[in-house]
Amino acid sequence: MTPDAAAPAKREITTQPRRSDQVFRAIVTSGGLSSLIILGLISIFLGYRGFEIFRHEGLSFLTTSDWFLTTDDAGNVLDSHFGIAAMLIGTILCSAIAVTIALPISVASALFLNFYSPGWLKRILIAVVDMMAAFPSILFGIWGFLVLMPSAEYWAKLLNRYLGFVPFFKVDPPIFTRSPFVAGIVLAIMIIPIITSISREVFSQTPLDRIQAAYALGATRWAMIRAVVIPYGRGGVVGGAMLGLGRAMGETVAVYTVLNIMYQVNWQVLFGGGGNIASLIILKFGDSGPYEIKALMAAGLVLFFLTLIVNAGSDFIVRRATRVKK
Amino acid sequence: MTVSEVKPRKPWKASPKDRSVDLAIFIAAALLSFFFVDFTPMKGKLAYFATFFVFYMLIGAIFKFVTRGSASAVDIVVNTLVALGAIITVLPIGSILITVIVKGSKGLHLGLLTHDMSLATPTDPITNGGLLHAITGTLTLVTLALIMSVPIGILTALYLTEIKGIFTRPIRFLVQAMSGVPSIVAGLFILSAVLYPITKSYSGFMGSLALTILMIPTIARTSEEVLLLIPNDLREAGVALGGTQWRTVAMIVLPAARSGLVTAMILGVARIAGETAPILLLTGGADTVNPNPFKGPIGSLPYYIWKSFAAGSTESITRAWTGLLVLLGIILILFTLARILGNRKVAR
Repeated sequence: MTPDAAAPAKREITTQPRRSDQVFRAIVTSGGLSSLIILGLISIFLGYRGFEIFRHEGLSFLTTSDWFLTTDDAGNVLDSHFGIAAMLIGTILCSAIAVTIALPISVASALFLNFYSPGWLKRILIAVVDMMAAFPSILFGIWGFLVLMPSAEYWAKLLNRYLGFVPFFKVDPPIFTRSPFVAGIVLAIMIIPIITSISREVFSQTPLDRIQAAYALGATRWAMIRAVVIPYGRGGVVGGAMLGLGRAMGETVAVYTVLNIMYQVNWQVLFGGGGNIASLIILKFGDSGPYEIKALMAAGLVLFFLTLIVNAGSDFIVRRATRVKK
Repeated sequence: MTVSEVKPRKPWKASPKDRSVDLAIFIAAALLSFFFVDFTPMKGKLAYFATFFVFYMLIGAIFKFVTRGSASAVDIVVNTLVALGAIITVLPIGSILITVIVKGSKGLHLGLLTHDMSLATPTDPITNGGLLHAITGTLTLVTLALIMSVPIGILTALYLTEIKGIFTRPIRFLVQAMSGVPSIVAGLFILSAVLYPITKSYSGFMGSLALTILMIPTIARTSEEVLLLIPNDLREAGVALGGTQWRTVAMIVLPAARSGLVTAMILGVARIAGETAPILLLTGGADTVNPNPFKGPIGSLPYYIWKSFAAGSTESITRAWTGLLVLLGIILILFTLARILGNRKVAR
């Protein structure tokens, strides 16, 4: 045996997946890319149908609020103007009200679930909250219209009587039914389970050693929560709230049943009239000609991008909040 | 020499004295709120509820402030607020469930399962007609959507957990984004991409295409979570035995995750069974049983509820509540099933 016997040349070890694995990977990858394809197709098709409207209306589609169309007897469009400013602002207003109401309640119940409730109650409450997230939106809509509306109207009147000096709570003609306020409450009830479960998840990841360190230093439960849990979970809560905002913006049937659609920008949240893109689509769809449908498609595209941006933002925040701490 | 037995003490537990003080505060707050509401122009159950909490908080805080100091008083205030938040969260659920059961049960009768609405209108007396077309329609829509979305959803989850290619992060992001697509946008998309250019008529298939879009993210995300729970040892064992990745996934990973994948499907169905907006746009809403999902309008529970609610008479609104009761019953059964299966998966 000689040490200088020809050593084999260095070679790189490579593996060639078998044919079956190559096929498998190709199929799984294409399946995985389907979400990309579907989202892409949605924007392409809605953009394609709505293109004519965007070209015709230009930026005024987003900045004006008229919605009219006149046709002659043969169905040819004589004159039309479509603008969704009122709807766009209404959508944002309703969902902002919803998040404003839902956020404190959800954070409180998430804290209750994690740090206050006994184990048996916690299990039941989690099941109930998860169940509520699966309720169909039409149920919230009809319940909101028939059961919640009378109470909500009463609360709106109280708010108006005692806080009427704030421009937000002013109501010019005293109409309180079917206002953005009522829609906001219904939406808040719908998104509370979402924000609660995300906040609960984030709070439950608080490191136990820090919690116990706070207790060992003599902190009360609230002092511990304020010093440890809240700073730790803040990002996740903000992300959860944005996710709820995205859901609230896209909600259709529930808002349509409790909101009076009005083609005018309305900042008085207690006044019975507002806008909502999704509801506009449901409202106008039944009796629209082909040209108006195109306008609805364009409105749908705006809604799609709006929810996409909000969702992407919330995803980014939640992910950053949970990753940095791990 | 006497031996005294030392009893174990539990200083962290509330003593009888603490408990009686808590009870006294509770009763005092209840009484105060009762009198307060009686003597002021406030009225309603909600007023009792609100004033009770205010008084409970105040008395508790004052008591703790006197005995333990300000930090303890703040603690008790937050305690009450947090409990209040939890109660407000549960309150609407209770109200919704009670309303649906009370109002919906008025319209329950045996004919619901054997008749459709071909010979009745929503405003007829409640015993005319039934839900047959709606239930079969919903079943058809959901089955079709399930057939289309399960492969795509599970393939997406497999890509995220098994292949972990360069697209993993973007796809995870896109699935998240897709779960936020408003249902009406999914409906409009199918309308613009399939219904107008290709079929040009309402059908159940159009509805289930839209439902598929809404269902894929739920199935993909739940399946991903389940697949992540499968221990890596199983995968390594499969590969070490000489299996290709395909055989490892198909014969080891997927069977091991079976019950979790079923849970994912059930949650997906529960998510879409009550979806209304795309159904209104795409299915046309027939009043008779339509066994062919590819041709002609088809009825469904959400459409029936919507139509009855929109008709506006007392009978038709009872019909809507009954429809909601049936729909909610289906969703709750599915949900319970998913939880039972999900718990079993953890227990194993």
